[in-house]
Amino acid sequence: MPDTVLFYVFSAVAVGASLLVIGQRNPMYSIMLLIASFGALSALYIQLDAPFVAMAQIIVYAGAIMVLFLFVVMLLNAPQEDAAQWDRTHPLRRSGVGRFGAMLAALLTVQLVWALLRVSDASAVGARGDVAELTSVRSVGRVLFTDYVFAFEATSILILVAMVGAVVLAAREEKR
Amino acid sequence: MDQATLRFIIQLAIIGFTFFMLINASALLVLAERKIMGFMQQRYGPYLVGPHGLLQPLADILKLLFKEELRPKGADKWLFTLAPIISVTAAFAAFAAVPWGGETTFFGLLDTPVKLGVADVNVAVLVVFAITSMGVYGIVLAGWSSNSKYSLLGGLRSSAQMISYELAYATALASVVMLAGSLSLRSVVDAQAGYWFGFIPRWYLFLQPLGFIIYMIAGVAETNRAPFDFPEAEQELVAGYNTEYSSVRFALFPQAEYINMTTMSAVATDLYLGGWHGPLLERWGLGWLWFLIKVGLILFAYIWVRWTVPRYRYDQLMQFGWKWLFPAAVLNLIATAAFILYFNA
Repeated sequence: MPDTVLFYVFSAVAVGASLLVIGQRNPMYSIMLLIASFGALSALYIQLDAPFVAMAQIIVYAGAIMVLFLFVVMLLNAPQEDAAQWDRTHPLRRSGVGRFGAMLAALLTVQLVWALLRVSDASAVGARGDVAELTSVRSVGRVLFTDYVFAFEATSILILVAMVGAVVLAAREEKR
Repeated sequence: MDQATLRFIIQLAIIGFTFFMLINASALLVLAERKIMGFMQQRYGPYLVGPHGLLQPLADILKLLFKEELRPKGADKWLFTLAPIISVTAAFAAFAAVPWGGETTFFGLLDTPVKLGVADVNVAVLVVFAITSMGVYGIVLAGWSSNSKYSLLGGLRSSAQMISYELAYATALASVVMLAGSLSLRSVVDAQAGYWFGFIPRWYLFLQPLGFIIYMIAGVAETNRAPFDFPEAEQELVAGYNTEYSSVRFALFPQAEYINMTTMSAVATDLYLGGWHGPLLERWGLGWLWFLIKVGLILFAYIWVRWTVPRYRYDQLMQFGWKWLFPAAVLNLIATAAFILYFNA
């Protein structure tokens, strides 16, 4: 019973905060709400007996990535968006971009419905063995370095390429 | 009273005790810092309030409580209030996953032993790391929401510094986790019980001397202490991120800093110094006194470093973090992995 109550509380926080993220005009508030949403998500992971995933979520997303977001917003010192001007000039308001966005949203909805229909059998997860064992650090590490080693290494090279690219771009800026 | 109720009450008492000790730690550290600083600068330090100035922290808190709370006109109302709360909450919450004593039945009061510590989490190392990394938001938001150039510079410096030193810090942690084969701080401590050759304690300090040094340096940087106290460098930024704060809101920042120092020292004790394991006291069920002594020694070293080493320059800080500390931590990690493979294969 308390589990169910907690599940609804954290779900409400996650959904509510995510909705508010896109409803904010102040980018600083958006970032803080996104962090709150990540926090609620990681609480849900803990409820699913996956403490490692929960902590990874906080360390990687709420801890590292959002600090970078905050850093960028602070450096640019983005002003509060003016509603009237935003409506007229924002590139997202152009019809082509708008249509593309609508298409993406529709695609995402179809995907979500399809995924939800597929896993409607709630016992499917439990049938595959102990959840806590499946998501333990040991088994995650083993699977990452055996079955998914190609994807893992490819991702690391992708990140390395992005990093080198950023360094090259920043260095070129300095010479001018 | 049945055992279940008794257990519940004792668990609550342990949580309350931990909270009480943390609050006291921040008060005592303020006094200790000023006393030790006085000693090092050949003067007395606070000595008027109470015997030998022992009540000075109480006087400081009372003074701060009765000060007027000010908020700059252009400050962001919500974030300005939220920032110190985030700082101090993250500081307290991080300690929840730190065990500070072995198992005890409280002299036969309980039929099954209870573990000393707020929560026994099986990914405790990650929990402490995750929550302490949340503390940076308090500082960054304080810097941004104050609408003051000194505060903003302090906040920016703090976020850059914490991102840089978190890497070395986490890599040093990973080496110990590999040695112990567990992410639970309690198992890491229990893996350090006993002695080599009958007299050298099996502390990871002796297996990971480089890791310990890296952990301590990164820890000092993470808690924004001198010689890495750039977010509040007095000579450059007035007081850095907390320039515009006053009264209780101001008091929460140093409190968070001192509690973070305590957490950092407690985790170092658990990871490298064998936690509550030690001769004699442990046999009488007072192992947690060893824990206190070890944490106290590390905290003394913290203060000692602050008043003997001058502040770095900002570019030196970044160069040191990325070009020396992080590569050293990675080398230490690889060497540890090779060591484990060689001796366990």
